[in-house]
Amino acid sequence: MTIPFLELLTLENIQALGWIVAQVLTITLPLFLAVAYLTFAERKIIGAMQLRIGPNMVGPKGLGQPIADAVKLMFKEIIIPSGASKIPFIIAPVMVMVPALMAWAVIPFDKGLVLADINLGVLYLLAVSSIGIYGVLIAGWASNSKYPFLGAVRSGAQMISYEVSMGLTVMTVILLSGSMNLTAIVEAQQGMWYMVPLFPMFIVFLISILAETNRAPFDLPEGEAELVAGFHAEYSSMPFALFFLGEYANMILMSGITAVLFMGGWLPPISTPLFDAVPGFFWFSLKVAFVLFVFLWARATLPRFRYDQLMRLGWKVFLPFTLLWLIIVAASMHIFGLVGA
Amino acid sequence: MENFTLSEYLPILVFLILATGIALVSMLIPVVVAPKKKYDEKTSAYECGFEAFDDARSKFDVRFYLVAILFIVFDLEVAFLFPWVMAFGDIGLFGFFSMMLFLFVLTVGFIYEWRKGALEWE
Repeated sequence: MTIPFLELLTLENIQALGWIVAQVLTITLPLFLAVAYLTFAERKIIGAMQLRIGPNMVGPKGLGQPIADAVKLMFKEIIIPSGASKIPFIIAPVMVMVPALMAWAVIPFDKGLVLADINLGVLYLLAVSSIGIYGVLIAGWASNSKYPFLGAVRSGAQMISYEVSMGLTVMTVILLSGSMNLTAIVEAQQGMWYMVPLFPMFIVFLISILAETNRAPFDLPEGEAELVAGFHAEYSSMPFALFFLGEYANMILMSGITAVLFMGGWLPPISTPLFDAVPGFFWFSLKVAFVLFVFLWARATLPRFRYDQLMRLGWKVFLPFTLLWLIIVAASMHIFGLVGA
Repeated sequence: MENFTLSEYLPILVFLILATGIALVSMLIPVVVAPKKKYDEKTSAYECGFEAFDDARSKFDVRFYLVAILFIVFDLEVAFLFPWVMAFGDIGLFGFFSMMLFLFVLTVGFIYEWRKGALEWE
């Protein structure tokens, strides 16, 4: 009797596996740091927009604030409500955070700098980013409390409503590039970023990712005046921190997807020798930072939508509009003879 | 060939395991270091100072079901469009107009839904 897969346990394979683990960690750990300082940037930027100072006490210029927040949450008690379903209650935050991290596996940071260069990159992103909804729904249900339950139901309905228009928007990009591989999509934007020919789609996508990540002005699931905090009202300590981490990692992820699909990923804005000499990772980060700034800008500027307005925008405006635009793009590709190019 | 394509997904599997591990381990930290003082008020469901009344898992608006059903229809359509988009260069005008016919039927259904008020939310 032999143990199956034992012959796979060679030194080479273990080394290869260790290499993958190292790569995964070099994505994950900076991502945690980025999330921490995104919360800091959010408070500083919104503070500046509202003529406040923002956090400035912990460390030089308040730079220690996110670390202090994280440490504080670590030392808090995990409260599981007596009426809650315990196992789903614990699993839910994991189900929100893990997809937000996992999706980074296919994002190309620079030319050739991608963990898994799979052919179905776009499909993988759409699939993984919608798993988070389960976490939200499970959290609301498992809490067995009224506000989280209502928040979860709202959240679910909102996220699936905007997923349809997001899928159709992404499809126009695939139509132009002819590939679902993210590296190929970026390289197809060598001459012109897709945000130029697909400008209306770019705007729809930006608004949809705001709704997908439950950010202002679409943060109805956590409308604090009516639902306290939405689906995570019963969570404390590290499980709460995981939701928080998941939400912000999702924001960064969505910004990364926008940069790859519409803003040319790692490509410089104009191809000059000077700009080409700059590492592509710098351009990618710059674009992600810009989209993130739009997230914060929207939060500081726009009042919250009403739920009926949100649903109307998703189903009656975005859905017909994106569908129509997809047909227009497909038809114009035939008219201008771009098919098969 | 089959092995080759699957091995591309190995980093994703490793990522899944590591991310889950990080999440679970980080939840163990407060179990070790945080105080544990439980009493009835603390572990009761939060309800703005009231004691919880009624079951939280009660009836909710049927329109949420309606949204879910609409989502199934339209997300299936999106899933159906993906192969069409990928094969767009190979199927020519015949493929283009076939899909237009499908989208036309879908649009008729959409207009019906709209007129019936399935998209209303007041």
